[in-house]
Amino acid sequence: MEILKFITAGSVDDGKSTLIGRLLYDTESILADQLEALHRSNRKNDDGTIDLAILTDGLKAEREQGITIDVAYKYFQTDKRKFIIADAPGHIQYTRNMVTGASNSDLAIILIDARKGVVEQTVRHSFLVSLLEIPQVVVAINKMDMMDYSEDTFNSIVKDYEALAAKVTLKQVTYIPVSALKGDNIVYPSSNTPWYNGQSLLDHLETVQIVADNSSTHAYFPVQWVVRPQTDELHDYRGYAGRVLSGSLKVNDQVTVLPSGFTSTIEQIDLLEQQYDEIQAGRSATILLKDDIDISRGDILVSSAHHPQVSQLIEADLCWMDTKPLDTSLTYLIQHNSKVTRCKIQEVLYKVNINTLEKEYSEEFKLNDIGRIAVKTAEPLVFDFYQNNKATGGAIIIDSRTNVTVGALMLRANAE
Amino acid sequence: MSKYNLDYLNELEAEAIYILREVAGQFEKPALLFSGGKDSITLVRLAEKAFRPGKFPFPLVHIDTGHNFPETIEYRDAMINRIGEKLIVGHVQDDIDAGNVIEQKGKNASRNALQTVTLLNTIAKHQFDACIGGARRDEEKARAKERIFSVRDEFGQWDPKRQRPELWSIFNGKIHKGENVRVFPISNWTELDVWNYIRRENIPLPSIYFAHQRDCITRNGQLMAATEFLNMDEEDVIERRNVRFRTVGDMTCTAAIESYATEIDDIINEISESKISERGARMDDKVSEAAMEDRKKGGYF
Ligand SMILES: Nc1nc2c(ncn2[C@@H]2O[C@H](COP(=O)(O)OP(=O)(O)O)[C@@H](O)[C@H]2O)c(=O)[nH]1
Repeated sequence: MEILKFITAGSVDDGKSTLIGRLLYDTESILADQLEALHRSNRKNDDGTIDLAILTDGLKAEREQGITIDVAYKYFQTDKRKFIIADAPGHIQYTRNMVTGASNSDLAIILIDARKGVVEQTVRHSFLVSLLEIPQVVVAINKMDMMDYSEDTFNSIVKDYEALAAKVTLKQVTYIPVSALKGDNIVYPSSNTPWYNGQSLLDHLETVQIVADNSSTHAYFPVQWVVRPQTDELHDYRGYAGRVLSGSLKVNDQVTVLPSGFTSTIEQIDLLEQQYDEIQAGRSATILLKDDIDISRGDILVSSAHHPQVSQLIEADLCWMDTKPLDTSLTYLIQHNSKVTRCKIQEVLYKVNINTLEKEYSEEFKLNDIGRIAVKTAEPLVFDFYQNNKATGGAIIIDSRTNVTVGALMLRANAE
Repeated sequence: MSKYNLDYLNELEAEAIYILREVAGQFEKPALLFSGGKDSITLVRLAEKAFRPGKFPFPLVHIDTGHNFPETIEYRDAMINRIGEKLIVGHVQDDIDAGNVIEQKGKNASRNALQTVTLLNTIAKHQFDACIGGARRDEEKARAKERIFSVRDEFGQWDPKRQRPELWSIFNGKIHKGENVRVFPISNWTELDVWNYIRRENIPLPSIYFAHQRDCITRNGQLMAATEFLNMDEEDVIERRNVRFRTVGDMTCTAAIESYATEIDDIINEISESKISERGARMDDKVSEAAMEDRKKGGYF
């Protein structure tokens, strides 16, 4: 069984909470005590049925305001898959939350209210899905019950969205007519949409191919920690602890240590008492090399056949996440996997108006702004372009005065 | 019950090991909070995977309320013996004796809330900058938004509005002096995932997790172990019941469930069909829906 991580995006009141609630409810993922609380609540739908949206409400303050303001994670499981939902708010002021939720998602569900069709928010959400390179998109056209389950309505929204998908370059898009409130085509196929021959949302989620972040074949292993028991019997043991972010590594593979450039051969791959001949992308392990070379946290082991980018001047897409705007005169920290070094945002190349997708030229980078920048780092980063490898092409900016994460970077080009 | 193929456990395991190693690499004085429960027992196994054949780069810390099930303490001591790592125990009794906290009175008295003070004192005394815990996001609504690296201020407080965005698998552990980070490597695991992992790895557990006979009383609709620590009166009727526990908190506030599940497979079956969530079995969460959130803000685990 695999894990599918997905994000849901929609404007306020499109029915996102109801949709997630419906998925959980119809897959019987809600436990008795939670169900009891649900029935006890005075919040009911107009027809007196229980309001499934309550299931995804989070913190107290938010309950009071009646809106979701952070990324909340939900879990459920069927016989076929384990699912992790990143529930992020859709409003423009929460763009950073959506970017955060999207960074780890294999699939995005974009909600459209069938009465309204493609709106400004849909454009923005689709742009973010594309920016973060989420490989699979489902457009859930919701509230079909309010449009008499009209095929024409559905088709015309599909047509509009196809134009948008082409504009923001989304590749895999699936369209499903649903009613989150009534449950049509969410878990069970609906008899109200006889003209629709596709899968229900759940069927799709259970069977869609998961394009792993690390599908790139190049082996890439950041060293997080050096294991040195220094006991009598393991006097010379030196293991490099880390996680294979992409590709796979085998005993006897030739590896290069970057950025230093030394090469060696893998002697052994350990995990507790077990030894492996090969480790695949995603797995954590401890690697021993044949040669004694100086390797520490932040160094990267790559397959010697692979030549990732090694650079100190990089063009990247930036999403600014802090209330204090970007200061190009300031030295920030950049963290790329386990490597932290100082950096400066040297230049703002352009910004993107995320509602119209027009490029704009302005130096000012405020909360939720997105655009292309050039960053100079104190030490070289070893990376692949984000569009080729999500697992090795993302980085964050940290304000060293507050220690807060203030920006997300998708590394796009080597400017050296 | 349908059979689950277990590949996804490798993915969860790899993520948790990755997080533990980030803690080792980023902090000077981390600690692993060990409650004796299945989640922290799972963390210990994951730490073995992350750091063996080396030593753990952190001690285990147990906040002992003095009202633990004796089975838990027995298990803890045997485990420490086996893994050969350092254990630090913070005693709630010490804080009561020192007058730092006042013991609750009355029928529903519990030391659960007092733990927070002992935890914060222990963190301060040893100057821990990161505390690894076994909390999971599926446990409770307020946890659903918890970060994997969750920054706490000097008072141990958690501010939901000040949480850092967490992208990809990049964890920002930078903090100011006095602050510390709570780290949750098994955030993305569900209760069932933990049990499936324990089964796969053959990890022993304290005996109270399995069905056994015990003297119980029924209070607020829940089965409680009849022990010397529970304030009982003539209204309380002691009955011998077949029970097990789903969490290993204090004897005074951890409810038992009626069960005949003596093997791990039985338990997994029971949970798969379960009609009540784990936290539903904790009396103190019943008080209000927002109870958990308030305790988190106050520095609770
Ligand atoms: N008729 C109808 N109403 C819906 C549907 N989905 C959601 N709603 C209603 O739309 C309103 C907003 O839904 P909610 O899930 O809270 O939206 P969110 O803001 O996107 O999370 C609520 O009153 C829902 O009951 C649907 O499919 N059909």
